[in-house]
Amino acid sequence: MKTTEAPATTAKGKGNGTGKKEGTALNVFSHGILVLWAIMVVLPLLWAVMTSFKDDASIFGSPWSLPDALHFDNWSRAWTQAHMSEYFLNTVLVVGGSLIGTLVLGSMAAYVLARFDFPGNRFVYFLFVGGMSFPIMLALVPLFYVVDNMGLLNTIHGLILVYIAYSLPFTVFFLTAFFRTLPTSVAEAAFVDGASHTRTFFQVMLPMAKPGLISVGIFNFLGQWNQYMLPTVLNTDPDKHVLTQGLVQLAVSQGYKGDWSGLFAGLVMAMLPVLAAYILFQRQVVQGLTAGALK
Amino acid sequence: MQHGKYRFIVGFLALPLGIYALFVVWPFVQSIYYSFTDWTGLSPDFEMVGFDNYTRMLDDDIFWKSLWHSVLFALLVPLVTLGLALFLSFMINVGGRKRKGGPVITGVRGSAFYKIVYFFPQVLSIAIVALLFQFAYNPDSGAINSLLRGIGLDGLQPLWLGDPDLALWAVTAVLVWSTVGFFVVLFSAGMASVPAELYEAALLDGATRFTTFFRVTLPLLWDTVQSGWVYMGILALGAESFAVVQIMTVGPGGPDYSTTVMVLYVYQKAFRDGQAAYATTIGVALLVVTLAFAAVVMRLGRRERLEY
Repeated sequence: MKTTEAPATTAKGKGNGTGKKEGTALNVFSHGILVLWAIMVVLPLLWAVMTSFKDDASIFGSPWSLPDALHFDNWSRAWTQAHMSEYFLNTVLVVGGSLIGTLVLGSMAAYVLARFDFPGNRFVYFLFVGGMSFPIMLALVPLFYVVDNMGLLNTIHGLILVYIAYSLPFTVFFLTAFFRTLPTSVAEAAFVDGASHTRTFFQVMLPMAKPGLISVGIFNFLGQWNQYMLPTVLNTDPDKHVLTQGLVQLAVSQGYKGDWSGLFAGLVMAMLPVLAAYILFQRQVVQGLTAGALK
Repeated sequence: MQHGKYRFIVGFLALPLGIYALFVVWPFVQSIYYSFTDWTGLSPDFEMVGFDNYTRMLDDDIFWKSLWHSVLFALLVPLVTLGLALFLSFMINVGGRKRKGGPVITGVRGSAFYKIVYFFPQVLSIAIVALLFQFAYNPDSGAINSLLRGIGLDGLQPLWLGDPDLALWAVTAVLVWSTVGFFVVLFSAGMASVPAELYEAALLDGATRFTTFFRVTLPLLWDTVQSGWVYMGILALGAESFAVVQIMTVGPGGPDYSTTVMVLYVYQKAFRDGQAAYATTIGVALLVVTLAFAAVVMRLGRRERLEY
């Protein structure tokens, strides 16, 4: 924004005509491309919303026609008969538990790793961070039996523990870097005043780390809310299904029943809250999701 | 700060490290061990069989197909995604019409709007995206074919996921669709942090906008592009490709194994066919592919770091 006048005028003097033409042509071209991609993103989503209000006959007969009437019964059928309400509840329980657990345990580990020198510090750090690049599926085969032997298979709390474990690598990686950027003087002052390490952490350091916790919290929330692979392997009891699994299950069973409108209503039902939350907290969500990649 | 330091460290690390070791590290170690056994997963008994699973894997045609598809995903999906994202973010940030008295290079009008819309797929679960496109690809009543009919292309009605030659590309397109927006936003942030003087200097020297892109923008963004490539490749080898292939394709992995990927094959061998040991063997191969991929990208991409 702070362009000095001098270079701007030189630019004008040099290649005024061609530069302007190039600029205008490029502008039209870039708008064309950008609008095209925006349509490609929005159209499938709009199609899904539209379809969720149609009856089955017109879904098959004319996929792009507007609904003849707003069939809200699709939505109520999906919510009750197709168990979407239960899937929502299960997801809220699992994600709520694992998000809190991930943030508490992740920040504890990250704080110790960022601020204290002890033998094995680097080893523990790389043990955590290494988990980011390993294919999870490799561990899932034995993990299934580990979880089974502990009696945690098909339980909400079992799923919470596994979600926490697989969220720790990125959380520890991100928060360790974050705690390193915080000034040491405040914690030292608290410690000199007689606060224990534990108290210093919970009452001084955690409040200071709030921006980092929000970023990594949003990242984990979306990751855990949208998780599909872990519950598919470890949570096969239909009553305990989370949203993503429930929808896939629904797609398979509705295929036999032929209730496509109900399925689309369920799909949109699962899509809308996340999209709405994103539009409301747009800046924070983008910051949270891109935070790791910009480090 | 010495008082009680070690007790504090142990106290704080015990629980996170314990959970992580039990649910992540220990299963990883176990699965490498299991790959040398004949464990079925159905009964607790097994014996050591040496490299039997590995020799079997090398003779397994489906394994080679899944390996090829996974490698293709890891190379192609990031290439197309990042290329498209760079192009779009360049258009957003540099494609603007020059306004009187404004900077030489400007973003297009409505750039904030584009960034918001492009990011939509990123917040949706890949499982939901996969389901949505499974219907969109439906040959008779799906959105895509009926759109083609609507614009008069009645002759062009591909079977998409039902066509062994097309299915893999249809799946690839969904992976690209769902991740481009994330990188547009990421690269836009990177481009915004490049000082405007650099662009102005290049333009003064008579560079076109496209030369500016390849000579100024891209080198300055290189670190972000490279880590994006690794991140995207790991996703395309793992969780994302599992979800799209398992949900969208017939079989899943079909038709005729034309879309099967390693991560899906591991899952099917372990939890459908009762061959847990063989599944872990393919899993080890997947681990090798993932690490090799990351190493190659990091090595090829190594350049002098540009400071600005």
